[in-house]
Amino acid sequence: MPGRFPRLDEDGGLATVGRMERMAEKADKKEKGSGKEAPIEVEGTIVEALPNAMFRVEIPGGHKVLAHIGGKMRMKYIKVLPGDRVLVELSPYDLTRGRITWRHR
Amino acid sequence: MIIKKTIEQIDKMKTAGQVLAGIFQALGPQIAPGISTREINDLAERLIREHGGVPSFLGYRGFPASICASPNNAIVHGIPNDGPLVEGDILSVDCGLILDGWHADSAYTYPVGKIDEEAARLLEVTVRSLRAGIEQCRPGNRVGDIGAAIQKVVEDAGFSVVREYAGHQIGRQMHEGDVQIPNYGTAGRGPVLEPGIVFALEPMVNAGDWRTKLLDDNWTVVTEDGSLSAHFEHTVAITPAGPMVLTQPLPERAPAT
Repeated sequence: MPGRFPRLDEDGGLATVGRMERMAEKADKKEKGSGKEAPIEVEGTIVEALPNAMFRVEIPGGHKVLAHIGGKMRMKYIKVLPGDRVLVELSPYDLTRGRITWRHR
Repeated sequence: MIIKKTIEQIDKMKTAGQVLAGIFQALGPQIAPGISTREINDLAERLIREHGGVPSFLGYRGFPASICASPNNAIVHGIPNDGPLVEGDILSVDCGLILDGWHADSAYTYPVGKIDEEAARLLEVTVRSLRAGIEQCRPGNRVGDIGAAIQKVVEDAGFSVVREYAGHQIGRQMHEGDVQIPNYGTAGRGPVLEPGIVFALEPMVNAGDWRTKLLDDNWTVVTEDGSLSAHFEHTVAITPAGPMVLTQPLPERAPAT
Protein backbone atom coordinates (compact mmCIF):
# COMPACT_ATOMS: atom_id res chain seq x y z
CA MET A 1 0.00 0.00 0.00
CA PRO A 2 1.48 3.39 -0.84
CA GLY A 3 1.73 6.07 1.81
CA ARG A 4 0.15 9.50 1.40
CA PHE A 5 2.80 11.97 0.31
CA PRO A 6 3.33 14.46 1.86
CA ARG A 7 2.13 12.90 5.10
CA LEU A 8 -1.20 13.99 6.54
CA ASP A 9 -1.91 14.07 10.25
CA GLU A 10 -5.00 12.64 11.95
CA ASP A 11 -7.42 15.41 10.91
CA GLY A 12 -6.34 15.22 7.30
CA GLY A 13 -4.27 18.41 7.26
CA LEU A 14 -0.73 18.45 5.93
CA ALA A 15 1.68 17.34 8.61
CA THR A 16 3.63 20.58 8.74
CA VAL A 17 5.58 22.23 11.50
CA GLY A 18 3.83 25.26 12.98
CA ARG A 19 5.33 28.39 14.48
CA MET A 20 5.30 27.09 18.03
CA GLU A 21 7.11 23.92 17.02
CA ARG A 22 9.67 25.88 15.00
CA MET A 23 10.41 28.11 17.99
CA ALA A 24 10.81 25.03 20.18
CA GLU A 25 13.18 23.49 17.64
CA LYS A 26 15.19 26.72 17.58
CA ALA A 27 15.57 26.63 21.34
CA ASP A 28 16.78 23.03 21.14
CA LYS A 29 19.19 23.92 18.35
CA LYS A 30 20.64 26.73 20.40
CA GLU A 31 21.90 24.07 22.73
CA LYS A 32 23.10 21.73 19.98
CA GLY A 33 23.81 23.49 16.69
CA SER A 34 26.14 26.45 16.98
CA GLY A 35 28.58 24.83 19.36
CA LYS A 36 28.09 27.78 21.69
CA GLU A 37 26.24 27.24 24.93
CA ALA A 38 22.86 28.77 25.60
CA PRO A 39 22.71 31.67 28.07
CA ILE A 40 21.25 31.09 31.52
CA GLU A 41 18.14 33.12 32.23
CA VAL A 42 17.68 34.53 35.74
CA GLU A 43 15.39 37.02 37.41
CA GLY A 44 17.07 39.96 39.09
CA THR A 45 16.55 43.41 40.53
CA ILE A 46 18.33 46.52 39.29
CA VAL A 47 20.57 47.87 42.01
CA GLU A 48 22.27 50.79 40.33
CA ALA A 49 22.55 52.47 36.97
CA LEU A 50 26.01 52.86 35.49
CA PRO A 51 27.13 54.82 32.44
CA ASN A 52 26.64 53.46 28.90
CA ALA A 53 23.34 51.67 29.65
CA MET A 54 25.08 49.24 32.02
CA PHE A 55 23.47 48.20 35.28
CA ARG A 56 24.40 46.38 38.41
CA VAL A 57 21.76 43.68 38.95
CA GLU A 58 21.21 41.59 42.05
CA ILE A 59 20.28 38.00 41.25
CA PRO A 60 18.91 35.24 43.47
CA GLY A 61 21.85 34.01 45.48
CA GLY A 62 22.83 37.56 46.43
CA HIS A 63 25.36 38.01 43.63
CA LYS A 64 25.56 41.34 41.83
CA VAL A 65 26.28 41.08 38.11
CA LEU A 66 27.16 43.61 35.46
CA ALA A 67 24.48 43.66 32.79
CA HIS A 68 23.77 45.77 29.75
CA ILE A 69 20.48 46.63 28.14
CA GLY A 70 19.53 44.23 25.37
CA GLY A 71 19.28 45.56 21.82
CA LYS A 72 15.60 44.74 21.50
CA MET A 73 14.84 46.86 24.51
CA ARG A 74 16.92 49.69 23.12
CA MET A 75 15.07 49.54 19.84
CA LYS A 76 11.77 49.90 21.63
CA TYR A 77 13.01 52.63 23.98
CA ILE A 78 12.25 50.61 27.11
CA LYS A 79 13.82 52.26 30.16
CA VAL A 80 15.00 50.47 33.24
CA LEU A 81 15.43 52.02 36.70
CA PRO A 82 16.89 50.83 40.00
CA GLY A 83 14.26 48.71 41.71
CA ASP A 84 12.89 47.18 38.51
CA ARG A 85 12.56 43.43 38.33
CA VAL A 86 14.16 42.18 35.13
CA LEU A 87 15.09 39.03 33.28
CA VAL A 88 18.81 38.69 32.69
CA GLU A 89 20.58 36.29 30.34
CA LEU A 90 23.84 35.33 32.01
CA SER A 91 26.76 34.26 29.88
CA PRO A 92 27.75 30.67 30.64
CA TYR A 93 31.33 31.71 29.93
CA ASP A 94 31.32 34.48 32.55
CA LEU A 95 28.60 34.33 35.14
CA THR A 96 29.21 37.89 36.28
CA ARG A 97 28.07 39.39 32.99
CA GLY A 98 24.66 39.43 31.44
CA ARG A 99 22.15 40.96 29.09
CA ILE A 100 18.88 42.46 30.29
CA THR A 101 16.15 41.08 28.07
CA TRP A 102 12.86 41.83 29.81
CA ARG A 103 11.50 44.37 32.25
CA HIS A 104 8.63 42.97 34.28
CA ARG A 105 5.60 45.06 35.05
CA MET B 1 15.11 8.29 10.56
CA ILE B 2 16.05 5.51 8.18
CA ILE B 3 15.84 2.08 9.75
CA LYS B 4 18.45 -0.46 8.76
CA LYS B 5 18.05 -4.18 9.00
CA THR B 6 20.61 -6.89 9.64
CA ILE B 7 21.31 -9.64 7.16
CA GLU B 8 19.32 -12.12 9.22
CA GLN B 9 16.37 -9.78 9.28
CA ILE B 10 16.54 -9.18 5.54
CA ASP B 11 16.64 -12.92 5.08
CA LYS B 12 13.39 -13.27 7.00
CA MET B 13 11.86 -10.50 4.92
CA LYS B 14 12.99 -12.36 1.82
CA THR B 15 11.14 -15.44 2.99
CA ALA B 16 8.00 -13.39 3.42
CA GLY B 17 8.59 -11.74 0.06
CA GLN B 18 8.96 -15.04 -1.71
CA VAL B 19 5.68 -16.30 -0.26
CA LEU B 20 4.00 -13.14 -1.52
CA ALA B 21 5.61 -13.56 -4.93
CA GLY B 22 4.26 -17.10 -5.10
CA ILE B 23 0.78 -15.85 -4.23
CA PHE B 24 0.87 -13.35 -7.08
CA GLN B 25 1.94 -16.16 -9.41
CA ALA B 26 -1.18 -18.03 -8.38
CA LEU B 27 -3.42 -14.98 -8.71
CA GLY B 28 -2.30 -13.97 -12.19
CA PRO B 29 -3.98 -16.72 -14.21
CA GLN B 30 -7.23 -16.18 -12.29
CA ILE B 31 -7.60 -12.63 -13.49
CA ALA B 32 -9.84 -12.99 -16.49
CA PRO B 33 -13.17 -11.57 -17.67
CA GLY B 34 -16.04 -12.60 -15.46
CA ILE B 35 -14.26 -12.95 -12.15
CA SER B 36 -15.01 -10.46 -9.40
CA THR B 37 -12.39 -8.67 -7.34
CA ARG B 38 -13.91 -10.15 -4.22
CA GLU B 39 -13.11 -13.66 -5.46
CA ILE B 40 -9.52 -12.57 -6.08
CA ASN B 41 -9.39 -11.09 -2.60
CA ASP B 42 -10.71 -14.25 -1.00
CA LEU B 43 -8.25 -16.39 -2.91
CA ALA B 44 -5.32 -14.22 -1.88
CA GLU B 45 -6.41 -14.18 1.74
CA ARG B 46 -6.77 -17.95 1.77
CA LEU B 47 -3.34 -18.45 0.25
CA ILE B 48 -1.75 -16.07 2.73
CA ARG B 49 -3.18 -17.91 5.69
CA GLU B 50 -2.32 -21.31 4.23
CA HIS B 51 1.31 -20.24 4.26
CA GLY B 52 1.08 -19.23 7.88
CA GLY B 53 1.00 -15.54 7.15
CA VAL B 54 -1.38 -12.74 8.07
CA PRO B 55 -2.82 -10.34 5.47
CA SER B 56 -1.39 -6.97 6.38
CA PHE B 57 -4.05 -4.89 4.65
CA LEU B 58 -7.03 -6.32 6.49
CA GLY B 59 -7.95 -3.87 9.21
CA TYR B 60 -5.03 -1.57 8.42
CA ARG B 61 -6.39 1.88 9.31
CA GLY B 62 -9.81 0.31 8.77
CA PHE B 63 -9.25 -1.17 5.32
CA PRO B 64 -11.88 -3.88 4.81
CA ALA B 65 -9.99 -6.38 2.65
CA SER B 66 -6.73 -8.25 2.13
CA ILE B 67 -5.93 -6.82 -1.27
CA CYS B 68 -6.42 -3.51 -3.00
CA ALA B 69 -8.17 -4.09 -6.33
CA SER B 70 -7.99 -0.97 -8.49
CA PRO B 71 -9.41 -1.29 -12.00
CA ASN B 72 -8.78 1.08 -14.91
CA ASN B 73 -8.87 4.67 -13.70
CA ALA B 74 -8.53 3.62 -10.07
CA ILE B 75 -4.94 4.07 -8.99
CA VAL B 76 -4.69 2.40 -5.60
CA HIS B 77 -6.70 1.35 -2.55
CA GLY B 78 -9.66 0.00 -4.48
CA ILE B 79 -11.96 -2.06 -2.28
CA PRO B 80 -12.84 -5.52 -3.71
CA ASN B 81 -16.49 -5.92 -4.70
CA ASP B 82 -18.71 -8.40 -6.51
CA GLY B 83 -18.68 -6.67 -9.90
CA PRO B 84 -17.28 -8.91 -12.66
CA LEU B 85 -14.21 -7.84 -14.59
CA VAL B 86 -14.71 -7.02 -18.23
CA GLU B 87 -12.46 -7.80 -21.19
CA GLY B 88 -10.25 -4.81 -21.85
CA ASP B 89 -10.01 -3.76 -18.21
CA ILE B 90 -6.73 -3.40 -16.45
CA LEU B 91 -6.65 -4.32 -12.78
CA SER B 92 -4.03 -3.29 -10.25
CA VAL B 93 -3.75 -5.74 -7.39
CA ASP B 94 -1.77 -4.66 -4.31
CA CYS B 95 -1.23 -7.15 -1.53
CA GLY B 96 0.80 -7.42 1.62
CA LEU B 97 1.42 -10.03 4.25
CA ILE B 98 3.18 -10.49 7.55
CA LEU B 99 5.19 -13.67 8.03
CA ASP B 100 7.13 -14.36 11.20
CA GLY B 101 6.68 -10.72 12.21
CA TRP B 102 8.06 -9.30 8.95
CA HIS B 103 6.13 -7.49 6.22
CA ALA B 104 6.20 -7.90 2.47
CA ASP B 105 4.34 -5.62 0.06
CA SER B 106 3.98 -6.03 -3.67
CA ALA B 107 1.64 -5.10 -6.51
CA TYR B 108 1.01 -5.95 -10.14
CA THR B 109 -1.31 -4.48 -12.75
CA TYR B 110 -2.91 -7.21 -14.84
CA PRO B 111 -4.63 -7.08 -18.24
CA VAL B 112 -8.11 -8.62 -18.22
CA GLY B 113 -8.38 -10.56 -21.46
CA LYS B 114 -7.16 -8.53 -24.41
CA ILE B 115 -6.41 -4.86 -23.77
CA ASP B 116 -5.72 -2.07 -26.23
CA GLU B 117 -2.29 -0.86 -27.26
CA GLU B 118 -2.20 2.24 -25.10
CA ALA B 119 -3.09 0.25 -22.01
CA ALA B 120 -0.44 -2.31 -22.81
CA ARG B 121 2.08 0.46 -23.29
CA LEU B 122 1.10 1.94 -19.93
CA LEU B 123 1.75 -1.36 -18.19
CA GLU B 124 5.08 -1.85 -19.93
CA VAL B 125 6.30 1.65 -19.12
CA THR B 126 5.29 1.34 -15.48
CA VAL B 127 7.15 -1.94 -15.11
CA ARG B 128 10.20 -0.41 -16.74
CA SER B 129 10.05 2.58 -14.41
CA LEU B 130 9.97 0.27 -11.39
CA ARG B 131 13.04 -1.55 -12.71
CA ALA B 132 14.79 1.78 -13.23
CA GLY B 133 13.98 2.76 -9.67
CA ILE B 134 15.21 -0.57 -8.33
CA GLU B 135 18.47 -0.11 -10.23
CA GLN B 136 19.10 3.06 -8.24
CA CYS B 137 18.86 1.25 -4.91
CA ARG B 138 22.56 1.00 -4.29
CA PRO B 139 24.67 2.15 -1.35
CA GLY B 140 25.95 5.64 -2.01
CA ASN B 141 23.00 6.73 -4.11
CA ARG B 142 20.32 9.02 -2.75
CA VAL B 143 16.59 8.73 -2.37
CA GLY B 144 16.13 11.43 -5.01
CA ASP B 145 17.95 9.27 -7.58
CA ILE B 146 15.20 6.67 -7.35
CA GLY B 147 12.37 9.10 -7.96
CA ALA B 148 14.28 10.88 -10.70
CA ALA B 149 14.89 7.61 -12.57
CA ILE B 150 11.25 6.56 -12.32
CA GLN B 151 10.05 9.99 -13.39
CA LYS B 152 12.32 9.99 -16.44
CA VAL B 153 11.08 6.68 -17.76
CA VAL B 154 7.45 7.64 -17.24
CA GLU B 155 7.57 11.17 -18.63
CA ASP B 156 9.69 10.20 -21.63
CA ALA B 157 6.84 7.90 -22.59
CA GLY B 158 4.32 10.70 -22.31
CA PHE B 159 2.65 9.49 -19.11
CA SER B 160 2.57 11.17 -15.70
CA VAL B 161 3.81 10.21 -12.24
CA VAL B 162 1.37 10.24 -9.35
CA ARG B 163 2.74 12.67 -6.79
CA GLU B 164 0.33 12.34 -3.90
CA TYR B 165 1.34 8.82 -2.93
CA ALA B 166 4.78 7.39 -2.46
CA GLY B 167 6.83 4.35 -1.63
CA HIS B 168 7.79 3.67 1.94
CA GLN B 169 10.17 1.90 4.25
CA ILE B 170 8.96 -1.50 5.34
CA GLY B 171 9.97 -4.01 7.98
CA ARG B 172 8.21 -4.84 11.20
CA GLN B 173 5.48 -2.45 10.14
CA MET B 174 4.01 -1.86 6.72
CA HIS B 175 4.97 1.80 6.79
CA GLU B 176 8.08 2.53 8.84
CA GLY B 177 10.36 5.38 9.63
CA ASP B 178 9.86 8.89 8.36
CA VAL B 179 11.53 8.74 4.95
CA GLN B 180 9.21 8.23 2.00
CA ILE B 181 10.23 7.48 -1.54
CA PRO B 182 8.25 9.62 -3.98
CA ASN B 183 8.19 8.43 -7.57
CA TYR B 184 9.49 11.74 -8.80
CA GLY B 185 12.46 13.77 -7.68
CA THR B 186 15.81 15.37 -8.30
CA ALA B 187 18.88 13.18 -8.62
CA GLY B 188 21.51 13.78 -5.99
CA ARG B 189 19.03 14.96 -3.38
CA GLY B 190 17.71 13.26 -0.32
CA PRO B 191 19.17 10.91 2.28
CA VAL B 192 22.03 8.65 1.31
CA LEU B 193 21.20 4.98 0.80
CA GLU B 194 23.05 2.41 2.87
CA PRO B 195 23.04 -1.39 3.06
CA GLY B 196 20.29 -2.65 5.34
CA ILE B 197 17.65 -0.23 4.16
CA VAL B 198 14.47 -1.87 2.88
CA PHE B 199 11.98 0.05 0.76
CA ALA B 200 8.70 -0.72 -0.91
CA LEU B 201 9.02 0.99 -4.29
CA GLU B 202 5.72 1.52 -6.01
CA PRO B 203 5.46 3.75 -9.07
CA MET B 204 1.89 4.76 -9.89
CA VAL B 205 1.57 5.97 -13.45
CA ASN B 206 -1.37 7.75 -15.08
CA ALA B 207 -1.99 7.80 -18.80
CA GLY B 208 -3.28 11.37 -18.50
CA ASP B 209 -2.69 13.98 -15.82
CA TRP B 210 -1.05 13.15 -12.49
CA ARG B 211 -3.72 14.60 -10.25
CA THR B 212 -5.75 12.24 -8.08
CA LYS B 213 -9.12 12.29 -6.41
CA LEU B 214 -10.42 10.39 -3.42
CA LEU B 215 -13.80 8.69 -3.84
CA ASP B 216 -16.64 8.87 -1.34
CA ASP B 217 -15.76 5.49 0.13
CA ASN B 218 -12.79 7.35 1.56
CA TRP B 219 -10.35 4.80 0.23
CA THR B 220 -10.36 4.43 -3.56
CA VAL B 221 -7.98 6.85 -5.25
CA VAL B 222 -8.80 7.61 -8.89
CA THR B 223 -7.31 9.77 -11.61
CA GLU B 224 -8.88 13.19 -11.69
CA ASP B 225 -9.17 13.14 -15.47
CA GLY B 226 -10.47 9.59 -15.61
CA SER B 227 -7.44 8.22 -17.46
CA LEU B 228 -6.04 4.74 -16.88
CA SER B 229 -3.52 4.12 -14.17
CA ALA B 230 -1.01 1.33 -13.55
CA HIS B 231 0.79 0.36 -10.35
CA PHE B 232 3.62 -2.09 -9.75
CA GLU B 233 5.42 -2.62 -6.49
CA HIS B 234 8.30 -4.60 -5.07
CA THR B 235 9.92 -4.75 -1.66
CA VAL B 236 13.61 -4.04 -2.22
CA ALA B 237 16.53 -4.34 0.17
CA ILE B 238 19.76 -2.44 -0.34
CA THR B 239 22.82 -4.63 0.00
CA PRO B 240 26.51 -3.83 -0.54
CA ALA B 241 26.18 -5.66 -3.86
CA GLY B 242 23.19 -3.59 -4.93
CA PRO B 243 19.42 -4.01 -4.84
CA MET B 244 17.86 -7.28 -3.69
CA VAL B 245 14.25 -7.61 -4.76
CA LEU B 246 12.66 -9.54 -1.92
CA THR B 247 9.35 -10.00 -3.74
CA GLN B 248 10.87 -11.06 -7.05
CA PRO B 249 9.59 -14.42 -8.19
CA LEU B 250 12.31 -16.94 -8.99
CA PRO B 251 12.98 -17.29 -12.74
CA GLU B 252 11.42 -20.69 -13.15
CA ARG B 253 8.05 -19.20 -12.33
CA ALA B 254 6.72 -17.10 -15.23
CA PRO B 255 7.66 -13.57 -14.24
CA ALA B 256 5.14 -10.74 -14.45
CA THR B 257 8.00 -8.20 -14.25
